[in-house]
Amino acid sequence: MARNNAGKQPAISEEAHVAAAAVAATATTAEAYDQNPLRDPRDKRLPRVAGPCVLVLFGVTGDLAKRKLLPAIYDLGNRGLLPPGFSLVGFARRDWAHEDFAQVTYEAVKEHARTPFREEVWKQICEGIHFCPGEFHDDGAFDVLAMMLKEIDETRGTGGNYAFYLSVPPKFFPTVIEQLKRTNLAKAPEGAWRRVVIEKPFGHDLKSAQELNAITSAVFPESSVFRIDHYLGKETVQNILALRFANTLYEPIWNRGYVDHVQITMAEDIGIGSRAGYYDGIGAARDVIQNHLLQLLALVAMEDPTSFDADSLRREKEKVLKAVRLPEDLGTGTARGQYTGGWQGGERVIGYLEEDGIPPESKTDTYAAIKLEVANRRWAGVPFYLRAGKRLSRRVTEVAVVFERAPHLPFSKDDTEILGQNALVIRVQPDEGITVRFGSKVPGTAMEVRDVSMDFAYGESFMESSPEAYERLLLDVLIGDPPLFPHQREVELSWQILDPIEEYWAKHGRPDGYPAGSWGPSSADAMLARDGRVWRRL
Amino acid sequence: MTSFNLTGTKASDISATLTKLRHQMGAPAVGMVLTLVVVCDEAGQYDSVRAATEAAREHPSRILVVIARDPAEPNRLDAELRVGESSPGEVVLLRLYGELTQHAESVISPLLLTDTPVVVWWPGASPRVPADDKVGKLASRRITDALASRDSVKSIAGRCDGYVPGDTDLSWTRLTTWRSLLAAAFDQRIGKVRRGIVEAIPGHASAVLLAAWLSDRLGAPIEVGESAGPGLTTVRLNLADGGDLTITRSDARLATLSRPGQPDRRVALARRPTSELIAEELRRLDPDEIYASALKHLATSAK
Repeated sequence: MARNNAGKQPAISEEAHVAAAAVAATATTAEAYDQNPLRDPRDKRLPRVAGPCVLVLFGVTGDLAKRKLLPAIYDLGNRGLLPPGFSLVGFARRDWAHEDFAQVTYEAVKEHARTPFREEVWKQICEGIHFCPGEFHDDGAFDVLAMMLKEIDETRGTGGNYAFYLSVPPKFFPTVIEQLKRTNLAKAPEGAWRRVVIEKPFGHDLKSAQELNAITSAVFPESSVFRIDHYLGKETVQNILALRFANTLYEPIWNRGYVDHVQITMAEDIGIGSRAGYYDGIGAARDVIQNHLLQLLALVAMEDPTSFDADSLRREKEKVLKAVRLPEDLGTGTARGQYTGGWQGGERVIGYLEEDGIPPESKTDTYAAIKLEVANRRWAGVPFYLRAGKRLSRRVTEVAVVFERAPHLPFSKDDTEILGQNALVIRVQPDEGITVRFGSKVPGTAMEVRDVSMDFAYGESFMESSPEAYERLLLDVLIGDPPLFPHQREVELSWQILDPIEEYWAKHGRPDGYPAGSWGPSSADAMLARDGRVWRRL
Repeated sequence: MTSFNLTGTKASDISATLTKLRHQMGAPAVGMVLTLVVVCDEAGQYDSVRAATEAAREHPSRILVVIARDPAEPNRLDAELRVGESSPGEVVLLRLYGELTQHAESVISPLLLTDTPVVVWWPGASPRVPADDKVGKLASRRITDALASRDSVKSIAGRCDGYVPGDTDLSWTRLTTWRSLLAAAFDQRIGKVRRGIVEAIPGHASAVLLAAWLSDRLGAPIEVGESAGPGLTTVRLNLADGGDLTITRSDARLATLSRPGQPDRRVALARRPTSELIAEELRRLDPDEIYASALKHLATSAK
């Protein structure tokens, strides 16, 4: 399986260029920060506040903008993390005035914001809200946008710092980015910055990912491109780093000597809903395994980074992704399924092929399971099982590190019959937290040992105030802090892992059906059974 | 919220009852991260407990409220236990009578959560040297509130003498939003500050402290002026390059930031409820060196 296309790695000079650009991009903030007499690294009460800037949002009428982005902006403001003068510009094909967009924002905030509504915070944000109507291919609209931004710089003191958030389907990227280039908005004058934020999907295979990157990187340097994988903004995911690298307890057993295998699951109880147009032909593997699950794998399996800056962190993640090996036989090492009609959570639901807009002969996988190996000293021989699916029994995302059985049990066989393997489970959603499963004596006269769980519930106790992933990520974009955003190299490495599987699937048969509300096709169970293992029942 | 009263009790019974209540509710000990001891009087009890429970949503805690009652009565300990279904953590109100009022630490110490931080908060009157107080000694973090005393300026100025790392005062916590806004303004190059003024209602401990911090950090004289309030109203810094950097807030909610060569901008700068102040205090439990430095500056400049 020759998936390491070594020739495609960037040359050294290019990397040096990237590093230099990264320094340039953060220099203005970092330098001023160091010279600021009111800042002190010991003064931990003072939060990181973004410098004066404008956020230009393309696709403000979309679902994501209404449910996540606009509320997240308000929540940031409410926590005092938005700079004075912060301005928000909406761009969409709507005949709106500034006030109309403000009203849309107001409603989105009222309905979806995490923090309580406060009039004064809304006033602050409302003053900076602008709207620019137009279509993406309309030169005039972008000329107006450029003028508007210049004006905002003068009236709001935003100093030419713009972040462009492309919350639009990827097919519009080339047009929008070309327009930004044409109007000279992509190029930052001395002492200011320009950043572009793009959402997944980052292509649907290696080739398209590279094409997409070619479009953005022709206009923006890599250090100015922020790829949002909202999973990486989640507290629990960041907590994986804390769990592994702030503790001594786990590191000694975090290797092939003690770990039997790792299961990474992302189960959804919903179907494809209204996403038929996007989902069909993409499938579960491309939709979530390529990004979320492989990122989780990288965080769980990586070596300790020399520091938590973007460069070191990404380097370690890349090393792991490079070390990922596919199973010899893709037929037995992977499984895929497609949900059929059935009962899910007490409701009758239709099968994938009966969903609106899905062709009856569709071969799209709504369930995918793959077995991977990480070929390095720490993990050789330890399988990583990844599974993702729609219309499963319930919604849960977790990483389970399952440990070897004790080499010798000084109890009689009957006493430990129901004792399973120790496990450490990182629950990503819902009910974020960590569970440790271990054997304990059942009260009574007999020495019977049974599995019990020890629970750390992040969600239960901290949910009230734990920030939404988009809040954290938006703030990082405005500050220019990239560790939580995947680098193009990671995106490409992930596609290199997935592409051979997708190719194999395209040539061989079709997905196995599984009834909605179940835990996926029997072929997935058989895949683990061949290794003498079972999926965790979630 | 399950509530349970114990009269004429002792610490071990309280501890046993807490365990029992939790078991009855079917909820084993949730991940409580610290013990918060609140030392207050009966009148201030309600508001303090409310603020502490709110803060406990962010930091699940065991909250021990110590209320000293009549020292002339016979020795007695009454306890009111509250274990919530809706909120994490536990609240125990301890009412002390007789000589016991002088020995609150003997009740508290067996009720502290094992091997986790202890924070003491005096919402009202506080000891001169919090770290020397019998209850204060049990804690790694001691929170006082100068604004609660009759002469808050004198109170905060006196804090320097008794300062021990781990001390903090809510009049300092109230400044975080102001300081954060000022620091953000200084993220852009602004040059030297020649002198400045902080305006607030007369006798406002936070204003004095803010002036001390600014003066300490900027190396420029900062005066304290009087205004009609509410609370802090203005910070004006006279810049060496000419012009003023000004933050004004007249309605305790929305502030205006003005600086030379730039448009005025409005920023939300609301006064925060006590629960948020306490939550901020509990977020970091290491000594606040910046606070110490501002206190020291305040003490030296007062002389």
